[in-house]
Amino acid sequence: MPEITRDEVAHLATLARIDLDEVELAHLAPQLSVILESVASLSAVAGDDVPPTSHALPLTNVFREDVVTPGLSAEQALSGAPASEQQRFSVPRILGDEQ
Amino acid sequence: MNTILTQSAADLSAALAAGETTSVELTGACLERIAEVDGAVHAFLHVDAEGALAEAAASDARRAAGSPAHALDGVPIAVKDVLATEGLPTTCGSAILRGWLPPYDATVVARLKAAGLPILGKTNMDEFAMGSSTEHSAYGPTHNPWDLDRIPGGSGGGSAAAVAAFEAPLALGTDTGGSIRQPGAVTGTVGVKPTYGGVSRYGLVAMASSLDQVGPVTRTVLDAALLHELIGGHDPRDSTSVDQPLPGLVAAARRGASGALAGVRIGVVKELGGKGYQDGVLVRFTEALDLLVAAGAEVVEVSCPHFVHALAAYYLIMPSEASSNLAKFDAMRYGLRVLPEHVEDPSAEDVMRASRDAGFGDEVKRRIILGTYALSSGYYDAYYGQAQKVRTLIARDFEQAFGVADVLVSPTAPTTAFKLGEKLDDPIEMYLNDLATIPANLAGVPGISVPSGLADEDGLPAGFQVLAPALADDRCYRVGAALEAALREKWGGPLLDQAPSLTAASRNTTGASA
Repeated sequence: MPEITRDEVAHLATLARIDLDEVELAHLAPQLSVILESVASLSAVAGDDVPPTSHALPLTNVFREDVVTPGLSAEQALSGAPASEQQRFSVPRILGDEQ
Repeated sequence: MNTILTQSAADLSAALAAGETTSVELTGACLERIAEVDGAVHAFLHVDAEGALAEAAASDARRAAGSPAHALDGVPIAVKDVLATEGLPTTCGSAILRGWLPPYDATVVARLKAAGLPILGKTNMDEFAMGSSTEHSAYGPTHNPWDLDRIPGGSGGGSAAAVAAFEAPLALGTDTGGSIRQPGAVTGTVGVKPTYGGVSRYGLVAMASSLDQVGPVTRTVLDAALLHELIGGHDPRDSTSVDQPLPGLVAAARRGASGALAGVRIGVVKELGGKGYQDGVLVRFTEALDLLVAAGAEVVEVSCPHFVHALAAYYLIMPSEASSNLAKFDAMRYGLRVLPEHVEDPSAEDVMRASRDAGFGDEVKRRIILGTYALSSGYYDAYYGQAQKVRTLIARDFEQAFGVADVLVSPTAPTTAFKLGEKLDDPIEMYLNDLATIPANLAGVPGISVPSGLADEDGLPAGFQVLAPALADDRCYRVGAALEAALREKWGGPLLDQAPSLTAASRNTTGASA
């Protein structure tokens, strides 16, 4: 399995929406390589005939009656918002001027 | 120290029922104890003295009117800061949620409130429950009451330390890879990870949804059973909640405490011991096993050959789920919002990236990046897919082992508490703490950690783990209570009697205790 490079970590950080500065990248990349190395042994453990398990106990869809139950009020839902306006979450711009 | 503080929740419940004490007295004593020792222990991130005393007064009124809401009505409790508490700060040990006041209660918290247990406050933890030492809290580490220079385990070190330091008789924890059981082991307390789905996860801020489970943190096995029965059972708000009644846990604990284990088959897992385990931990484990044999149990050695791969599988599955779960911290609806420096008119994405950098600590970043990698196209099959297959093999190992044994046992953690700072920047060393606890989470089976004594080389507590098949949590309580009773008889009292007494001045204590 491939070692993880500084550039790869930078790319993953972008995918994960985390700004990492040079110091953090230099610190994290070797640590992640060591972790990946230690989990590399897994590749040979299970053959194609072993089914994957995503949950410990078998799950089935859960339904309930289609009746209205109380939920959060707008005020409650907005109570932790960094910014709100007119009973809505106020967020920075999504698109650039050119878009 | 006020003698009321060292009593078990079961005894306090009886004292409240008999009118020998009041919830206000009891809650007040806990709050005083917190004020006295928590500067040194730092088990709590937030203490709600006013709210707890108001609840205590209401509880006393119910008792006076002859209508207590529950046997534990009036017995105070501490709650891990990963569980939503309406109107009480819930930070998950993270700067990204500093000061967040949830608009709702987790189901387990709602059940505590309905039963009348005053909530003393919220306990410290590794950020988003990622860690084995509580050092990854954004608000500073918790200190082990046995030796303040050492870790209390993690991620639920705050809950375990609060109970071990007699700041609270009961606490709630959560266990994704050992975060209830390992702190229990290193603080000389009892911790239970219930069967996956046995206790509601609604309102538990998720790390790894297929592994997380809420459970009791206590000083006695019976107390854990009482609390487990209170918080457990079906919850329609959690789609993974098991829709069937819990087995009789309190009854199992009482039966176990009577000592007889005739006919119980105990499987010693060959792969969970030996190399990598501290000598003193193994000595106490073997002694405990001998006591169970003396109580009539039959011991068999079982092999679970895939357990050696559990840690690797866990460190792919858990970060993958965590990276998805933590995507919700996007600085839009709640939590920290930080504007990037030197960016004019930043976009939502710019703000998100800056906020997540400022709000998440090192370990959280490590796991998010690792999970993002493991889920990337091109790597998915080799990492996440493979880990899920190994999960199947581990579940099969359990199935086979439970064919020949009623419960499986091992040391809970490979070592006693290590020094604060010792493993902080060495993730692999830190991860090894959960070697023996992780298989249970991967397979969803229940487990308990009970104190097994003090390791000879350092005088620090070790734990004995009992695992049972899914939905057979009662077996953990029966065997755990039998061991607890036998050990107490040997020690002449609970293990915590041997813990050093904490005073306001104990901040300056240094070095191992023996």
